[in-house]
Amino acid sequence: MKDMYDVLVIGAGPGGSIAAKTAAEKGLDVLLIEKRQEIGDPVRCAEGVNKEYLKKHIEIDNSWICADLKGSRIFSPNGTKIEMAQEISGGEVGYVLERKIFDRALAEHAAKAGAEVRVKTRATGLIIEDDFVKGARLMHLGKEYEVRAKIVIGADGVESKVGRWAGIDTALKPVDIETCAQYLISGVDIDQEYCEFYIGSELAPGGYIWIFPKGEGKANVGVGLLGSKTGKFKPRPIDYLNRFMEKNFPNASIVEMVFGGVPVSGSIEKTSTNGLMLVGDAARQSDPITGGGILNAMDAGKLAGEAAYEAISAEDVSFGKLEEVYEKRWRETTGYAIDMSLIVKNCFINLGDEDLDALAYSLKEVKFERMRLFDLLQALFKANKKLLWDLRILFKDAAKEVVKNRT
Amino acid sequence: MSININRYKCGYCGACVGVCPKGALELVETWIEVDESMCIQCGICDRICPVGAIEVMK
Ligand SMILES: Cc1cc2nc3c(=O)[nH]c(=O)nc-3n(C[C@H](O)[C@H](O)[C@H](O)COP(=O)(O)OP(=O)(O)OC[C@H]3O[C@@H](n4cnc5c(N)ncnc54)[C@H](O)[C@@H]3O)c2cc1C
Ligand code: SF4
Ligand code: SF4
Repeated sequence: MKDMYDVLVIGAGPGGSIAAKTAAEKGLDVLLIEKRQEIGDPVRCAEGVNKEYLKKHIEIDNSWICADLKGSRIFSPNGTKIEMAQEISGGEVGYVLERKIFDRALAEHAAKAGAEVRVKTRATGLIIEDDFVKGARLMHLGKEYEVRAKIVIGADGVESKVGRWAGIDTALKPVDIETCAQYLISGVDIDQEYCEFYIGSELAPGGYIWIFPKGEGKANVGVGLLGSKTGKFKPRPIDYLNRFMEKNFPNASIVEMVFGGVPVSGSIEKTSTNGLMLVGDAARQSDPITGGGILNAMDAGKLAGEAAYEAISAEDVSFGKLEEVYEKRWRETTGYAIDMSLIVKNCFINLGDEDLDALAYSLKEVKFERMRLFDLLQALFKANKKLLWDLRILFKDAAKEVVKNRT
Repeated sequence: MSININRYKCGYCGACVGVCPKGALELVETWIEVDESMCIQCGICDRICPVGAIEVMK
């Protein structure tokens, strides 16, 4: 078996597969490994993605689309409903995917571009020489062997060890993770054109409950709680989910159970080192507000694939080079976006149920098809002045305008 | 002092691995392995497990 490559990608989620595909398309010799025996399974996702954004990465294939959404509805603790059109609901809705098929399709694209794929193959450690990552130890069917590569890309998800093995501390604090449970339910009458979110301390402290339609009579119903709001003797995500199910879907069949953790930390200090880059959940690149991470992982995978090509062509895979060709680039785009979301998250987790109700109430009347940032800010200002103040960094210019308009 | 993982309850999601400050956990196939020599019994994994499959006793 071949044991030398230009690039070794660890983990075949969306981040890893796009990285492998991009690097292979550039003519690099790529190995993509996945520890699971079935790519994409078990699912750890609610499977919502922004349509337009997804189209930038990949041609849409109906075989992995379950629902095509018009918009979303958010319910505040007292049941006040806000409705938003798809384009402005924050980017994580649009399509609901079948990730088992989607993730596999992405890995196939990588293979088609020339990458070699090995499943049921787990990285158990890195080969580090002269302070450079030079490859990894892999295990397949109980046998361990080494594979060397000029660059290793760690795309190993929330449970990432690759970064840690190279000395990058990616451990998430409880306040930096949403802990989730989800059921795929069937046999229920669910509006297939809207996704729904329920917020409030009773339903989901520091998080929300979601309902994402998945095609005829089916939906992903899940709950995410902020790790800092859970505890050994407190109810867990599965308890909150069961409670919601009993109340809202007592007769539904549960045809799949999903558990998972989503990083909501904002950008971490370091995501590369000599000979190594981290992408996607392994680099904690998911969005702190929505928990969406599919597209961010794909974006980072693409950047890392391109960066691998540039660094290898320049015969310089040092941290300095990777910082220039990968680290800087993702921080300017995704990094900026998730850090802005982190500010919003930190602000919202401190709001009580009455604040959330007041906010929802003042947003109720706004026509959401045409809502602009300006309208949102007016409403925010009406509901809670402090909130606007806390979020001022986000919309410096718009906030000035709102304040000016009121005086 | 000990850490117990109920593998009949665990949904092998990897969340605990992501929060362990010591890198003592690993998700292997469909179960969690603990390196007890690295574990400091901080209990964070117990706290965030969505199903309550981990029990850390101090
Ligand atoms: C309940 C829940 C709901 C979510 N809902 C949404 C949503 O609606 N929209 C959205 O955009 N995002 C959502 N997310 C987040 C999204 O699932 C992730 O951000 C996304 O999957 C990250 O992609 P990735 O490629 O970085 O990692 P992953 O998809 O996690 O892939 C990592 C892969 O690496 C493999 N791996 C790990 N370690 C090793 C190793 N040592 N050797 C070999 N392989 C290894 C894993 O088996 C896995 O296949 C949700 C997450 C959860 C938990
Ligand atoms: S967090 Fe809980 S369910 Fe998830 S892998 Fe760890 S022990 Fe299993
Ligand atoms: S108790 Fe703390 S150190 Fe031990 S495995 Fe759990 S998170 Fe890691």
